[in-house]
Amino acid sequence: MKNRHVKPGAVGRPASVERLIVLPLKKSVEISLKSLKVRFFRSLILTMSLVLAVSFLGFVSVSTDVANGLLSTRDPELIQALTRAGYDVGPGVSSLGSNPKQRWIIILSLLVCVVGIVNAQLMAVTERFREIGTMKCLGALDRFILRLFLLEAGMEGLAGGFVGAIAGALFSLVNSMLSFGTVAVTSLSWMAVFLSIVFATGAGFLLSLIGVIYPAILAARMQPVEAMRVEQ
Amino acid sequence: MVDFRNIVRVSKVTKTFQLGKVEVKALQGVDLEIAAGEYLSIMGPSGSGKTTLFNMIGGLDKPTSGKVFIDEVDIAQLDAYELAWLRCRKIGYIFQTFNIIQVMTALENVTLPMIFGGMNNDAAVEKGMELLELVGLGDRFRHKPFELSGGQQQRVAVARALANDPAIILADEPTGNLDLTTGEEIISLLKQLSQERNVTVISATHDIKMLNVSDRVVWIRDGRIDRIEDREELSISVGQIGARE
Repeated sequence: MKNRHVKPGAVGRPASVERLIVLPLKKSVEISLKSLKVRFFRSLILTMSLVLAVSFLGFVSVSTDVANGLLSTRDPELIQALTRAGYDVGPGVSSLGSNPKQRWIIILSLLVCVVGIVNAQLMAVTERFREIGTMKCLGALDRFILRLFLLEAGMEGLAGGFVGAIAGALFSLVNSMLSFGTVAVTSLSWMAVFLSIVFATGAGFLLSLIGVIYPAILAARMQPVEAMRVEQ
Repeated sequence: MVDFRNIVRVSKVTKTFQLGKVEVKALQGVDLEIAAGEYLSIMGPSGSGKTTLFNMIGGLDKPTSGKVFIDEVDIAQLDAYELAWLRCRKIGYIFQTFNIIQVMTALENVTLPMIFGGMNNDAAVEKGMELLELVGLGDRFRHKPFELSGGQQQRVAVARALANDPAIILADEPTGNLDLTTGEEIISLLKQLSQERNVTVISATHDIKMLNVSDRVVWIRDGRIDRIEDREELSISVGQIGARE
């Protein structure tokens, strides 16, 4: 029998390479993908809240891009249309930003979204108490659990953020075409739209990570025996 | 003091839980020595502290006072990494509620501890298949836990417990959620493994069927060891024990 007897002198600090517990990144990605797949419906709902918040951000951001595009045409008629649409176009203005009210609403919507994510992830942790405890009994370290949760949230954040950003951009383009005509698209800087989409996707990713940090730390710190005590 | 044959040594262990304002003394000074390769059962009524003792031996919980040694290493002295290593390589756990990870297949469940232990994927899969065949589930390795019966899930748990060739298998009421025949199958599987692989099996139970295979039975009552019976005494008194419960 393999009996790795620990020498009495080694008590406390037997730090050899052999004693490392590992979970390769590839394997953790595999595990988190799998648990997303199994709880697909649940992750979908969580992702939906992200999609909604991010699409609003994308919508506002791309609308500003459109307005800047129109402004760059220097066409007095279009600039008048912009003023009618609520943009604050002064005589010497060369670029437009979103107005404070819009920014305020965006911040609020993102805040609500984060709170929703924290709530959903706390539920997910409770649901997976037993699974986490079992993994810990098999030797998983705190950071494995943390990493699994962060990976899952990151993937949800990227997917939700991207879908939301695209949806917001499309909606904004359609909306601008309806109010300004095709010139809204032709005068548009596509680079700016691309950057807006990247920015909105990144915001979704970040929000998802912010929302999962507290629940993930809670899960990672849990003692295995506590997890076992929970009745099914 | 350094007795190489004692794989587990429990010394004057007490455990007190704080339930609101009431202090509950789950263990009140337990001394126990378990030899390598032994098949030991911890018996006692529910609430007697046997699960608490089981958690102490498994390094899942820390005693309020007293010490637990595994291979003569005081587990209270270990840091988080060493404790994780101990749980991964030295001890295999089997639970009453199976605790198979629901999102993974039988094979993935068995290979997970080996991955933690640093084995590469191919070697882990190969050994996982071997172990599943050993417990009689070779053809069901792709099944998810919900596609398996209770007995089959417990077999997966046994295979998983053996993954890193642990020196000790800790089983907390392994037959508690199983019917009579399936329970017997799991018990004989454990006995067979302990003999073939010289693994120390420690099980907390109140299943009388366990007595027939145990080398020693520790009776616990009110957080203290009531008595310890050897194999020989047991075979004589097994009828009475059955009648008593």
